[in-house]
Amino acid sequence: MIPPLIVRRACRLGLGIIAVTDHNACANAEAVIRAADGTGLAVLPGMELQTREEVHLLCLFDTVEQCGQWQAEVWRALPPLANREEFFGPQYVVDADGEWVRTEERLLAASAEIGLEQAVARVHALGGLAIPAHVDRPSFSLLANLGMVPANLGADALEVTSRFQPEEGFSQWPELRAWPLVVNGDAHRLSEIQNRTLFKVAAPTVYELSLALRGAEGRKVAVDWHPTQS
Amino acid sequence: MITLSEIVQKLSLEVAGSEGNLERRIVAGYASDLLSCAMNRAKKDYVWVTLQSHANVVAVASLLDLAAVIITEGNRPDEETLARAQREGVSLLLTPKTTFTVVGELTALGVRGEPEPSS
Repeated sequence: MIPPLIVRRACRLGLGIIAVTDHNACANAEAVIRAADGTGLAVLPGMELQTREEVHLLCLFDTVEQCGQWQAEVWRALPPLANREEFFGPQYVVDADGEWVRTEERLLAASAEIGLEQAVARVHALGGLAIPAHVDRPSFSLLANLGMVPANLGADALEVTSRFQPEEGFSQWPELRAWPLVVNGDAHRLSEIQNRTLFKVAAPTVYELSLALRGAEGRKVAVDWHPTQS
Repeated sequence: MITLSEIVQKLSLEVAGSEGNLERRIVAGYASDLLSCAMNRAKKDYVWVTLQSHANVVAVASLLDLAAVIITEGNRPDEETLARAQREGVSLLLTPKTTFTVVGELTALGVRGEPEPSS
């Protein structure tokens, strides 16, 4: 997944906003933002944090600077282990053309010593959005690891996987009905990028997205639960 | 059947949350760090061993009416979670030991993964 190909694929799918959310890392976000320059595609810098509870949390920001501040906090909370490429794959940082810049040596496939609610609060304090990822997945997810949505979660929305079927899903987890839901590709490959969540917003910003997730000021969010093409 | 107070004493556990019912008897044990698994497999009067210290641990213990939760590896619930455990009457037993060690000690004391068949 190199930046120009991500941008091309997103544009072909008709996406207006994407977020770059590497695991515990945001070093590649700026390259995708640059690659999208002039295309009309908005790219939010972000991260998929793995919390103390091994819950994955999407953290989305407006600027690379905010994301960098969050990265600094996350680095301090990650164990000082080296990556083992034979197990976890190489952790490349690339530029806007997809050229190799450096290889991240620290292990990113670990849990940060930050509790879920604490992470949500910190992301909000930095001006970001916090959305637990793929909550219906059997691993690394809010519902698998913590059994239920915590009472004082404070998150902006919940993300469900593209396999989530509303009839079965809402019957298994009735509490999800009370939440704004989004569907993303959780794309690790170009073919997994999805266009399933429609935002009615005035601009592709964290503030506008947060209004839409709350259904405030005429902003809206809607998921296409029954896409005609996969 | 062994009581909570015997386990607290023999495993040198710290009692947090509710202290109200340490004479409660334990029928069996369960260990997992996935709360969704604990919700499916642990039952009334079980002791649940986990390293998770999230507030939802108290919610699950209360929901299932567990005898107690042993929280391992020195993990401590925050004050709000401890207060909630107090309110809900949930016994949280804390230890620096690992889950492996705790389960081994519980097994040596006769606690099994399933309740004894009643005769």
